[in-house]
Amino acid sequence: MTVKYTKEHEWIRLDGEIATIGITHFAQEQLGDVVFVELPEPDTACDAGDEVAVVESVKAASDIYAPVSGVIVGANDALTTQPELVNSDPEGEGWFFQMRLAELGDLDDLLDEAEYQRFIQDA
Amino acid sequence: MTSLLHTPLFTFHAAQGAKFAAFAGYEMPIQYPLGVKGEHLHTRAQAGLFDVSHMGQLWVRGPQATEALERVVPAALREMQTGQIRYSQLTLENGGILDDLMLTKCSDDAWFLVVNGACKHADFAHLQAQLPDSLSLQPLPEQALIAIQGPSARDALATVIPESAALPFMTARTCQWRGTEILVSCCGYTGEDGFEVSLPAALAMDFAEVLTALNATTWVGLGARNSLRLEAGLCLYGHDITTDTTPVEADLLWSIQARRRIEGGFLGAEVIQAQIAQGATRKRVGIRPDDGKTPLRDDTLLVSLSGEPIGQITSGGFGPSVAGPVAMGYVDAAHQQAETPIIAHVRGRSLPCRVTSAVFFPPRYRRTL
Repeated sequence: MTVKYTKEHEWIRLDGEIATIGITHFAQEQLGDVVFVELPEPDTACDAGDEVAVVESVKAASDIYAPVSGVIVGANDALTTQPELVNSDPEGEGWFFQMRLAELGDLDDLLDEAEYQRFIQDA
Repeated sequence: MTSLLHTPLFTFHAAQGAKFAAFAGYEMPIQYPLGVKGEHLHTRAQAGLFDVSHMGQLWVRGPQATEALERVVPAALREMQTGQIRYSQLTLENGGILDDLMLTKCSDDAWFLVVNGACKHADFAHLQAQLPDSLSLQPLPEQALIAIQGPSARDALATVIPESAALPFMTARTCQWRGTEILVSCCGYTGEDGFEVSLPAALAMDFAEVLTALNATTWVGLGARNSLRLEAGLCLYGHDITTDTTPVEADLLWSIQARRRIEGGFLGAEVIQAQIAQGATRKRVGIRPDDGKTPLRDDTLLVSLSGEPIGQITSGGFGPSVAGPVAMGYVDAAHQQAETPIIAHVRGRSLPCRVTSAVFFPPRYRRTL
């Protein structure tokens, strides 16, 4: 199973053709207590970089982007009643949505774990 | 302004693990390791400590200081007792608000003013221009201001400054601490009972350490200070009140006492008195989304059910103590009644909302002891 990262602090875990997307531990730490999550509707087609979800903490609202192009196939409805899962388990139970990727090769452009760790250390 | 200023407690905050951000020209603590939500809830449960030394403190002294100050604020000052504090605004000819402030009567000819940090230089220039030369204006840039707020604040501060315990809300007195005179004011901007202590910068670090050592206290950054004042329905200057909003529109008429409403005699009185008589065309209100979940942020457009623009959110976010969104803004007069259904435009969606009181968390001031 491949896990990739973006410079917008999202993670993408590929399982077959379906990618699960969430925000990183570093991102949730920066946001602080998450109080609201707005999720995308299934069957929405999106391009890489589109704003598809919103996460709001006590501090501010932040956009969540589609890391690659594809179609939304599902969302983590648990976050509408338990947004705090984004803080407690950002890279597990706190996932945001799932996509069917247009091009599997698009993942190659994203960061691997070592590259992402270097990126946040430099930030 | 090229470089950010520091309050006398900057290194103290850094040692506490604060995260900083620029505010009002200062590098200020936004949050500490407890986090915005934890700091907010701790203040409501026990007591929060706030460094508000960025705010402007100044003395206005001289003969007929009271009468002269009534020209620049619409509050009734002549009736005030020594040691009493009132909230008011520096009004402008157009009825707009240059800043909001606290005024403490220290004697018939000595007033202590606390104004917003971001406005203090403009306020000082305004006061110099408007007040007679016979009065002396003395800004106190070297003075620290430390607030302690929350249900345990009174008992906690009494262990350090025993005389503070007997102060009702909106009164002040000078006290001695380690041989130095300090001004203790029972007031604040969180909706909680509490105090603001004005003391020389040289004492600030020691005083902060003594307060930190108390069981009930934790340090609170500007993040939670904002969510606390928002829940309490208190205005943030530059957002909820500006040079383009009047005290009547801002629903601050309670701070203009009866005599001043009738007599006028302050800058912008004609505009403000006309609004008192005829009603303002718009009003500051609270706004609550029907879903009880979606936070409404600053500048969100508000429209009527038929889609006409009727106003906007001026500050909004999430209130940890009400466990939901809290927001205030302006709507036109036709929509100001509580429970009026309106629509907020949030990220391209139409979100059904209701007009409500701007006070989401009722204040717990101790006005009588």
